[in-house]
Amino acid sequence: MSGGVDSAVAAAHALAAGHDVVGISLRLAAGGGSCCSLDDFHDARAVADRLGFPHYVFDLADDFERHVVRPFVAEYVAGRTPNPCARCNRHLKFGVLWERARALGARWLATGHYARIGTDPTTGRPYLRTAVDAAKDQTYFLFALGPADLAHTLFPVGDLTKAEVRAEAAALGLAVADKPESMEVCFVPGGDVAEFVERHAPAETLRPGVIVDETGRELGRHAGVHRFTVGQRRGLGLAVGSGSRRYVRALDAGTATVTVSDAAGLRARGLVAREVSWTSGAAPAPDTPLAVRIRHRHPPVRARLARADGADTTVLFEGDGPAVTPGQAAVFYRGDAVLGGGWIAAALAERGAN
Amino acid sequence: MRIYLDHNATAPLGPEVREAMLPFLGPPANPSSAHREGARARSALETARAEVAALVGAAPAEIVFTSGATEANNLALRGTAAGLGIVTTAIEHASVLETARAVGAPLSVVPVDREGRVDAGQVVAACDAATRLVSVGLANGEVGSLAPVAAITAGLRGNGVLVHSDAAQAAGRLPLDVAALGVDLLSLSAHKLGGPAGVGALWLRRGVALAAQTTGGSQERGRRAGTENVAAIVGFGVAAARARAELAANAAAAARLVERLWTGLRTRVPGVVRNGPADGPRLPNTLNVSFPGAAGESLLVLLDLAGVAVSLGSACAAGAAEPSHVLLAMGRDRDAARNGVRFSVGPSTTAADIDRVLELLPALVAQARGEAAA
Repeated sequence: MSGGVDSAVAAAHALAAGHDVVGISLRLAAGGGSCCSLDDFHDARAVADRLGFPHYVFDLADDFERHVVRPFVAEYVAGRTPNPCARCNRHLKFGVLWERARALGARWLATGHYARIGTDPTTGRPYLRTAVDAAKDQTYFLFALGPADLAHTLFPVGDLTKAEVRAEAAALGLAVADKPESMEVCFVPGGDVAEFVERHAPAETLRPGVIVDETGRELGRHAGVHRFTVGQRRGLGLAVGSGSRRYVRALDAGTATVTVSDAAGLRARGLVAREVSWTSGAAPAPDTPLAVRIRHRHPPVRARLARADGADTTVLFEGDGPAVTPGQAAVFYRGDAVLGGGWIAAALAERGAN
Repeated sequence: MRIYLDHNATAPLGPEVREAMLPFLGPPANPSSAHREGARARSALETARAEVAALVGAAPAEIVFTSGATEANNLALRGTAAGLGIVTTAIEHASVLETARAVGAPLSVVPVDREGRVDAGQVVAACDAATRLVSVGLANGEVGSLAPVAAITAGLRGNGVLVHSDAAQAAGRLPLDVAALGVDLLSLSAHKLGGPAGVGALWLRRGVALAAQTTGGSQERGRRAGTENVAAIVGFGVAAARARAELAANAAAAARLVERLWTGLRTRVPGVVRNGPADGPRLPNTLNVSFPGAAGESLLVLLDLAGVAVSLGSACAAGAAEPSHVLLAMGRDRDAARNGVRFSVGPSTTAADIDRVLELLPALVAQARGEAAA
């Protein structure tokens, strides 16, 4: 229970369904940031008191540091843009927390995520489905959950819209009914990611370098690739003048080089993903049509599976490709079903350059 | 029926304490008022002051009532040593350690041994010409170790260093005498010994200069401004009198219960480890143990759901188990320092309570270790 409205309503649903509910909040970051503040624990506890079930706080700060914060910093240093929420779900909420809950005798883990769980009619295995409220869908952060996880998972708010969740919370008299949502990376105080990375990364890994165009012409200098993300336009510190807008196209941590291009140069024709897991347990056949989501809040784009063998999974976009940001997740869908997902290792360039 | 084994966090209010408080929860009772209502309150306040003083062998005029031991510790440190040298130990309560970090200049924090014991010689050696105040808690509430406060004051006699001791966990559980201890300031709490929460006291030896931290009134001889919480102070007085009268019996009973629990755990739960002094003097009512492989948080929840209230050594405000600074200071690693489970008994604890816990624990520990399928 984060102290927000979604997990509060999820708990209320679990209770109404007849479960013996124990509320657990996680203390993840030792200081700063907008998550797991004392106020949030207080809010979660107030919900538990109001609805009449016990509530506890588990301190998983060390696990969070190991599984989320350190990889987050390392990814930025390596020139990628990490996705800490997906890692937190995989390792903390559906990993350490579930192990702890299971030791307490729990049969189910219910969370306030916007997602649904379906059952494959042929195999009988559970699979992840997108939420009814498409604007709130969080399957992008949950792709790494396999059937073994989903078999003990409940997503009670996945069938509801956010408006319905707030209305239910209000009807239950929960004070969190109109609590605003947190948007920023929860453990980064003030949302200044570059400053956070600089405070946590070994100093020698933060190297200044050059900003070049696709031909290799030097356009300026920068203070470290960790300050950039592929697709970024603002804050490049380049003199205006050439007429076209410039976007970050690629980051090379090895040479500390930031490559920029115009908007067209951003488009990729596909991507290579690693550590891919498939809900069905095996990769679909080559050329299988699917949709791939490469950023939270971006709609999935039509694509087909080109190759899925060994460590690499290659996906080619149909039509105009989007900008691909290494480090983010690539999550594969067919209709409302999540087929699987992995981590983006590289973009496949549209044009010959690179 | 719940079994409450967390008396070091707070103890239940004694029924006679509650009775004594009730007459002061209705009628007006400002001890500073000149009228008869005020006189009645003043008389009750001074009776309580005498009882609290008697608990520690002090004179009533040396007692300053506060909102609790936390405020008493703050008043002691800020009121005598702000910006001056402070020597303390690594296992003090946060109200001493954090305050010492805030105001001590310089600050010296003396380590402890693996059983949580402070070495008097090390404390004395840590003092130098800059040291104004030594603050060493008499009894550690997490692991039950006792500090050699009398030896520390003896070692420092004559060199102008003030010695403060937080006795919140010791009062009512060990005989206390400020003269024998040789200290200059002593902090006390009501709610650890059957009084209400929200009241405590700082004893300060006559002649010790103290800068008030709350000003704007002459209450408590100008050392703590603000209308006294008369009902709570009356409760403190009654609880102190009762604790003094029953001290020997309560301490002996507590020691028997803790021994019963420890002996039972050793025979029933494989791998159990005691955190704190293995023998010798210690707080009679406290047992801190670890069950390697079992998360302390899981055990606390399992016990709570089974009807038994215990605590982890040091809970943060959220109730989550941060690694205990006491266990860290005793040389435990971060994991072990999270997993100490503290049982603290009180006068209302029975042998049947302990036996029930011993019945429950083996299965709960196995469950927390992931050995038993739910």
